[in-house]
Formats: sequence, C-alpha cells, structure tokens
Amino acid sequence: MLDIQNLHVDVDGKSILKGLDLSINEGETHALFGQNGSGKTTLVLTIMGFPGYRVTDGRILFKKKDITHLPINERARLGIGLSFQHPPAIHGVKLKDLTEIAAQHGNRAFNTEEVAETIHIPPDFLTRDVNLGFSGGEVKRTELLQLLAQNPDLVLLDEPDSGVDLENIALVGETINKLLDRDKRSRGRRKAGLIITHAGGILKIVQADKAHVLVDGQIACSGNPGELLNDICELGYEECVKCPR
Amino acid sequence: MSKVDELTERAEKAREKKAAYGPDIPLESYTSKAPAHEKVQTLKMLPTNYQNQSLGVGVDASEDERSGSFFQLDTSVVYSKTSAPNVEVLSVTEALDKYDWLKDYWWKAVAVDADKYTAQAALEFSNGYFIRAKAGAKTILPIQACMFLAQESLSQNVHNIIIAEKGSELHIITGCRTADELSHGIHVGVSEFFIKEGATCSFTMIHNWGPEVAVRPRSGSIIERDATFISNYVCLKPVKSLQMYPVFRCVGANATALSYSLLYATEGSHMDVGARVIMEAEQCKSDVISRAITNGGEIISRGNLTALHRDVKGHLECRGLILGDHGRIFAVPELDGAVPDVDMSHEAAVGKIAEEEITYLMTRGLSEDEATSAIVRGFLDIEIKGVPPALREEMRRAVHTTEGIGL
Repeated sequence: MLDIQNLHVDVDGKSILKGLDLSINEGETHALFGQNGSGKTTLVLTIMGFPGYRVTDGRILFKKKDITHLPINERARLGIGLSFQHPPAIHGVKLKDLTEIAAQHGNRAFNTEEVAETIHIPPDFLTRDVNLGFSGGEVKRTELLQLLAQNPDLVLLDEPDSGVDLENIALVGETINKLLDRDKRSRGRRKAGLIITHAGGILKIVQADKAHVLVDGQIACSGNPGELLNDICELGYEECVKCPR
Repeated sequence: MSKVDELTERAEKAREKKAAYGPDIPLESYTSKAPAHEKVQTLKMLPTNYQNQSLGVGVDASEDERSGSFFQLDTSVVYSKTSAPNVEVLSVTEALDKYDWLKDYWWKAVAVDADKYTAQAALEFSNGYFIRAKAGAKTILPIQACMFLAQESLSQNVHNIIIAEKGSELHIITGCRTADELSHGIHVGVSEFFIKEGATCSFTMIHNWGPEVAVRPRSGSIIERDATFISNYVCLKPVKSLQMYPVFRCVGANATALSYSLLYATEGSHMDVGARVIMEAEQCKSDVISRAITNGGEIISRGNLTALHRDVKGHLECRGLILGDHGRIFAVPELDGAVPDVDMSHEAAVGKIAEEEITYLMTRGLSEDEATSAIVRGFLDIEIKGVPPALREEMRRAVHTTEGIGL
C-alpha cells in the first residue's frame, strides 16, 4: 500500500531524511522507533505532504500512485489519515463540524455522537472549538474520532499514547486496533498503519507486525517489534546507532 | 427661542463641520430629494428584487419569526406594522405628530452639531423609524427594519428613535442596503437609543452597501439602572467609505453595554468603525469586541472605554486578520480611567492565519481555500449572549453568504 523509495527530505535547508526505504502492505501495521530528532515526525509529515518538508530525492508511492508532490488534501482523499502529536487549536471551528467534514471522505455512514460516546468524548465537547483547551489525552481521543470518521486506508499515528492517562490507554489502544482492522483476523485486514512511538507502551495493546528503528534519517534496523523494543529498553538507542546491521 | 429653532440654528452652524474621523465626504454632490414611493400593504408587494436583496441583510418579506416590520425606501416610509402587543413601530414623523413628549428625546443622545452629517440629518431630514416597547412588554421575536437606498445620488438622511421602557425586552434587526444597480449614494443615519431601568434591548445591524456608497451612521444610547443594551454590527460587503463611532452611556447603576462588530473589507473598501462606552455609575459593565478581516481593504478598528465612576468593569477586544498581501488593519484600543477602583482591560491582535491551522484542516480533506474559509468563518463566530436564536442565525447567514469566506 505504501512504498517509500530512497527518500531524502530537507527541512529549513537541513537534511533530515537521508535515503529512507520503507514498504507497508495492506493489512500490516508497522511501528517506528527512534530517538528524539531522528526524523520520525518528519517522515509522517512528509508522507502526508506538509509544506516545509522538501523532498530532494526519492519518491513516495501510495496504492501504486506517485504522491510525492500531491497537496495534503488530495492525499487525504486518496486515503491517508494522520493523528497529530500536537495539533493546533482552531478558534471557531467546532469539533463536530470538522469530524463531519472528515466523514464526507469516509465513504460510509457515520454518527458522530454515537462514535464519540464510545471513546468517552462527552457531547458538549463536540460543540467546542477544535483542540482549544483540550488536555493531552482529550487531544488524542478527538484525533482518533476524526480518523474514525475519515476512515483512511493508511493510518499514520504520531505518538498516539503520549499524554493519555492510564485509565484511557486501553481505550485508545482498542480504538487504534479498530482503525487498523486489528480487531479482525489477519486475512480480513485491509488497513495499513504506521505508529510512531518513543517509549513503545501502546504496542502492548496494538500488536504491530513489524518495527523499524530510525537513526539519523535512515532505517537502521527492522524486525520483530517485541524483540526490538526489548533491545532498545536494555541497551538504549546508542546501541542502534553503533549496531552494524 | 423655541427648541426646534435652537436645534436648527446649531445644525446650520455645523453644516461645514468635518467629522473627527474618516475621509470628508462632499455632501453637495448628493441630493436629499427623491420621488415619493407609495405605501405597500405587505412587504411581499415590494419589487421582488428589493425583497431578495433585503433578505441578505436580515429583513424577511414573509415576516416569519418577526413581531413587526418597518421599510423605508429612499425617503418614503412604505411599510410599518407590529403584531406584538405594547410595541410600537411607526415612521418617526408620525410618532412626532402623535407624541408631544417625543421632542424631549429628539437629539438627546446624539448632538445635532456633532459634525456636518448630524447637521445634514437635521436640516435635510428624510424620515426614519420610531420603535418603542412599552413598560414591561417582552418580545422575543425581533422587529425588523430596513433602510433601502435605490435613488441614484441620494443622500438618505434618517433619524431613528428607539425606546425600551422600564422592564421591557426588545430585539431589533435592522438591515441597510442599496439596490444592486445604484452606483452613487450616501446614507446618513442618526439613531438614538433610550434603554430605561431594568430593560433589555438588542440591536443587530447588518449593512450591505455598494462599492461607491458612503455611510455615516451616528448613534448614541443612554442606558439606565439595571438595563442592558447589546449592539451587534455586521458589515461584510464592499463599501466606499464607512465611518461610525457609536457612543454608549451607562448612566445608571449596574447598566451594561455590549458591543460586537464583524467587519470584512475587500479592496477599495475603507471602514473606520469603533465603539465607545462611558461608564458613569457604579457597577456598570461593558464589553467592546470586534473582529476585523481585510482582504485588500482598509479597516480602522477603534474602541474606547471611559470610566467616570468607581467600581466599574470593562473589556475591549480587537482582533484582526489580514488575508492576502494587501490591506491594512489599524487597531486603536483606548482605556480611559479617571477614577480609582476601576477594572478595565484590552487585548488587540492583528496577524495572518497560521499555516499550521490550514494544513491541519487539509489533512481532513479540505482544500486550502476551504480550510481558509473555515478558519475565517470561525474567526467571525463570536459568542453573543442575550440575542434570540433567529438573530444569531441572521448573523451566521451574513457570514456564510459573503463571497470569499462563505461556503
């Protein structure tokens, strides 16, 4: 579904991604580990098409179509969805309205109130300005609400569990499982996902198929998510930097 | 000398007096005379294009969800009616004939010699409306009033009196606009508001002038003890030159003045719009909130809170958004405290839309233009308390039907 080839990306004239290759097939969920500043967020924002993330070489294919230079909204309409780590607050734009705009591209009936209730978003939240005065956990759940409405085929999740309290972490994890078809048998899964996680906590609930470690703008290592996470926990990211693999 | 003679003399002396703000408009290039229009039995009898154009400024010819209507075409009052008990809607000429006491209100809240425009309204008077809620009368459905300018090169000089008697509740929506084909004209509108003890009055004014029309409203209000006056002003369509600086005097204890304005100026439009609240008694409260957007035009957004008494509270907020590469917003917030123990604050911010807000909305599938429109509409969506839902809907509709920011 997603095929990234030799991707080089500059941000503010500084080279951040330096020849990155990554493929995610339909039905697969991948986790992406890496130190702060290794380029994880740059990768997802480049896949989404953010201005300021300049592709200097390589290309991004989505559903076999070259999307390297498409605007953000066209990528969204093709089926890419992003849950932000730190989304901006937007005065006067109501959560319900934005969710329903997202649902227009979801190709299915969507009842905002009902779905909101399942992820513990109270009705009065829907009439509030998007992200204005929301806590860290509220931001994550309302991001997931919008993604459920949008129903994307490729889901990019940037630190989906940061700031979420213990009480809601299982709920967030289960919601991500639903978004990524992880609640279905493997043969029935159609969605693909890429989860950025620094600490890896969310992977206790969301079973990823594969994991990668990003070091200095390249995939330094790929493998079983549990094993990689254990290595990182025991040895730290310093070992990944030194690791010859 | 009689009071009328005295007012005339003062007006004569102010004929050439330039206004404190705004470009000077040569009044001699306009005429104050227009052929009389016949009265109509219902607003549906007005020409269809006038009906449709009035709808854009909140005046609905079907009169659904309205408890009274007033329609002035050029200098002629063609319709006035009310279905609400104890609420009067008359032409001001008729009211002056009917009520001798009305002369005590005439030029009481606005000075006849404030400038050449008030002088013009006194000397070349071309009617206006009188709306009065009697003591204790409460109407939730608004009264609608339309000032329609169709005669080429006309100076429409109206004088309106609005009285909310003791303990009453009155909501008014007034729409002012020019016929689409009109290319040259000026509207001079004097409005005097008297909000008596314990009364609540909301006044929502939606303007839709033309790119060659000058507009000089002159408003004053006197708000008594425990009374509340809410003034909403919406001007989102092109206008050559608009200048207004209404003054709200809170003269009784616990009087409240709330002023909200929404402005959108495209290239060629010049708007100099402000609001001043003078708090003259204890526990008076005021909010002056404005949202200004330029898409090539010039907006001067003024606000002034003046405290003349201890224990008063006021907040001033001017927020401006600059779209595109041209245009100017000049925010002038002023706080004037002449006594101790007052609580007044202001915030002003002028800038462009943050790119991260646009990209965020684009990730949900909106195009860049749609995302910009959504943010602009949100910017104009200010929460106004104390206004009936029908009026909030009219303001929302005015925003949504504006080219460049609407859906």
